[in-house]
Amino acid sequence: MKNDFLELKELVKIFGSGKDAVTAVDRVSLKVKEGELVTLLGPSGCGKTTILRMISGFELPTSGKIYIDQEDVTSTPPNKRPTAMVFQNYALFPHMTVAQNIVYGLKIHGEPHQAALEKAERVMKLVGLEKLGNRSPSHLSGGQQQRVSLARSLIMEPKVLLLDEPLSNLDAKLRISMRLEIRKLQQRVGITSIYVTHDQLEAMSLSDRVVILKEGRIQQIGTPQEVYAHPSNRFVADFIGKANFLEAVIEKVTSEQEVVINLLGQKLTIPGIKKDFKKDERVLLVLRPESIGLEKKKPDSITGTIQEIVYLGNQMTYLVKIANQLITIELSNPQECESFQKGEEVSIKLPQRGLHLLPREEQL
Amino acid sequence: MNSSRNRKIKEIIDQLTLIWKEPILFIFILLIFYFLITFVVFPIFQVVKNSMYINGSWDFSNYIAIFSKRYFVQPLINSIVLGIYTATIGTIAGFFFAYALTRTPLPFKNFFRLTITFPIISPPFVVALAAILLFGRAGSLTPWLKSLIGNYSIYGLGGLVLVETIAYSPTAFLVLYGVLQAIDPSLEEASMDLGASWSKVFSTITLPLATPGIASAWLLVFIQSMADFGNPMVISGDFRVLSVQAYLQITGMYDLPRGSTLAMLLLIPTITAFFLQKYWVSRKSYVTVTGKPTGATVKNLDWYIKLPVYGVCLLYTGIVLLFYGTIVYGSFQTLWGVNPTLTLKNYVEMLEVGKDYLYDSVFLSSIATPITGILGMFIAYLIIRKKFIGRGLMEFISMLTFAVPGTVVGIGYILAFNQKSILFPFILTGTALIIIILLIFRDMPVGIRSGIAALQQIDPAIEEASTDLGADSNTTFRKITLPMIAPAFFSGLAYGFVKAMTAISAVIFVVSGKWNLITIAILGFVDNTQYARAAAMSIILIIIILIALGVIQFLVNRIGKGVRLTTIVE
Repeated sequence: MKNDFLELKELVKIFGSGKDAVTAVDRVSLKVKEGELVTLLGPSGCGKTTILRMISGFELPTSGKIYIDQEDVTSTPPNKRPTAMVFQNYALFPHMTVAQNIVYGLKIHGEPHQAALEKAERVMKLVGLEKLGNRSPSHLSGGQQQRVSLARSLIMEPKVLLLDEPLSNLDAKLRISMRLEIRKLQQRVGITSIYVTHDQLEAMSLSDRVVILKEGRIQQIGTPQEVYAHPSNRFVADFIGKANFLEAVIEKVTSEQEVVINLLGQKLTIPGIKKDFKKDERVLLVLRPESIGLEKKKPDSITGTIQEIVYLGNQMTYLVKIANQLITIELSNPQECESFQKGEEVSIKLPQRGLHLLPREEQL
Repeated sequence: MNSSRNRKIKEIIDQLTLIWKEPILFIFILLIFYFLITFVVFPIFQVVKNSMYINGSWDFSNYIAIFSKRYFVQPLINSIVLGIYTATIGTIAGFFFAYALTRTPLPFKNFFRLTITFPIISPPFVVALAAILLFGRAGSLTPWLKSLIGNYSIYGLGGLVLVETIAYSPTAFLVLYGVLQAIDPSLEEASMDLGASWSKVFSTITLPLATPGIASAWLLVFIQSMADFGNPMVISGDFRVLSVQAYLQITGMYDLPRGSTLAMLLLIPTITAFFLQKYWVSRKSYVTVTGKPTGATVKNLDWYIKLPVYGVCLLYTGIVLLFYGTIVYGSFQTLWGVNPTLTLKNYVEMLEVGKDYLYDSVFLSSIATPITGILGMFIAYLIIRKKFIGRGLMEFISMLTFAVPGTVVGIGYILAFNQKSILFPFILTGTALIIIILLIFRDMPVGIRSGIAALQQIDPAIEEASTDLGADSNTTFRKITLPMIAPAFFSGLAYGFVKAMTAISAVIFVVSGKWNLITIAILGFVDNTQYARAAAMSIILIIIILIALGVIQFLVNRIGKGVRLTTIVE
């Protein structure tokens, strides 16, 4: 297995010129292993689709290089690249049947009629489109159109499969089932894939690794577990799941991987630190809402007042004010938990593991 | 600054290398530029040069001479006055019809739409011929009209405004119909819901939203009226207009420089109006005409709104039917105004005398039309979908033909192609080829525009998907784009054929003894006051056009079915 099957090297894309110039992609570098599924995740306008379009060849980078399987494809035209793209709105050819859509690329490459048909049969079976070959795309449901689009790309056996928000036009339930299906299919075929989405749940559930982008720059690359447990900055912590940020100060650096912080007068030992912190440095403690507990007020603890309570059936959300900061706490299985009243003073139970520190960014 | 320039240079180099990788596309782009420059820009340039480049130096003596003589200034004023009248009345008529067809429960809508747009498929001067048959010196309605308004002459400004309004209000109607259809009726409903009466809804919602469309329609009719040659040739009398004067200067006086100068005077207002329409008015628009009708609901209107709207539509339709009916009736008369015995001899004689003209018209149009269609679609595809250096220029030049009056183009063609030049090393005048080329480049903007409209509705991702799967630009165009824009292609084809068959203002300069056209023959008969013969030939021309439209429709249906019947692959 090659470690850098797809490589993006210092990719930059600037649209427009002069005063109107917009840097859509800013020095993006990424190595993707063979057979890996990497998600480009970020809010709209973060440059993820532009990166995908540069890999497919529809946009030329302003600078930087793209390698696929060791070959420089930076200025190869899109029709000569070993990539295949699944488009957001499927882009099915409306004047062709499902089968004609699927074999289109093979025909272009001069594949004999019979061989193309056999391959089409196999791919259609793979994605669950048997017996729909003679239909017109306009007579298919959204999910089926999605499968045709996927089949049309897969049949090309591309070196890299590109998926541009492929599920965004489907309804919520279908999206979840297609998500699983795409992942299973990708693993079965073992195809190197780049998946663009703005939906963090989609990214988490599908990917081997997630690349989080903001304003054209990579914020963090890592497995879903890494980016959730150890976000590299406040943006990532906020974007992946929900997060509370509490201001604290480093009290003591005990070892390379452990510090003690002062959080509202309470001393807390934080193990598993990956960054260097200095004594007296101001930091942010990242707390996931589901990792915090609540209990009746007791001395020598962090306390706060309940401001708002939202009941969601499977969980109870409390907004608690602690020393002028509002934090969100989610307690699951509310029937089993102790319940609290609005305005009540409570103590906060911090988790023993999974505490994560970020340096405090001054502008925030 | 420096880095931004470097970036620009790099982008250009990237585009060049991509072109290098798609050499066929590159060659096509170069070829199209060569054609556009040779057959669009070069002739216009020749007119400009001839009007102000005298004896080897630039001077404006032609212009000074023209502006110092009332005889030459008058046509300019007359053309503009005619344009303003025609545009105003034509736009009002077009608006009435567009409103009636989109906003009222007018019965027989298809009939009314057909009637107001019918002049599009007939040669424009047929209306002038009908006006002479009805209101001319021996006109059948002349005594009645004289008893109403006293002495009058149909030859002049009044007659011209009447016939040009009928000939060009279809343009205004089509623009306004599209605009009114695109205005979301829920806006009007919201206004009504908030308590507005019909007149309030109309004056605060409908009219303001339609205003840019009205301005567009007005300017387009103005251009057509200024550029019209056939109607003034037949019916202008002593009311001299630029297009006819330029033609007479060249064919009558053999004064090419002065003819060119008059053509320039014609060119300036029409070009100005065109760019006003394209770059200023269309930017002010709130509605985008997509061709997809919104779910317009027809409201129940009070009688005092329906009555005037229906009244205008009925009256106008009556006039159009009267005019064309007169042509049909006149074509069967022995001698108009003298001997009303019905006869077929006009048709028999016409088919004998006119069959060569007919053959030439059909032959040349049949060659020109498919080339026009394909070239138009391909240019539309390049302009909308491809990035290359000079794309803006290509769009500009190909649209330019639309704004330039036929008279200017015709003069340009004889100036440009009656001698060898670096661009085109053969003499073209007197050949069939010059007529074909002229027809192609005159009618191409229509094809380009319908192609652009069709392409803008197709998601570019569909073409990208094809490229992504390995097809180059040409394959993508052939297998994906062309089938999807086929309906637009065929309607462009139909319109191109109609335009080619009814063309007159430009081709009149390049026809020869060997190659002549039916429209010019008809004009000749009108000139010799052989009205019955002219009417018979016009009817034959209209019938041929209707047959051709039927054939194209048949082909569309066949191909439409073909697409569906095609089984897997092939």
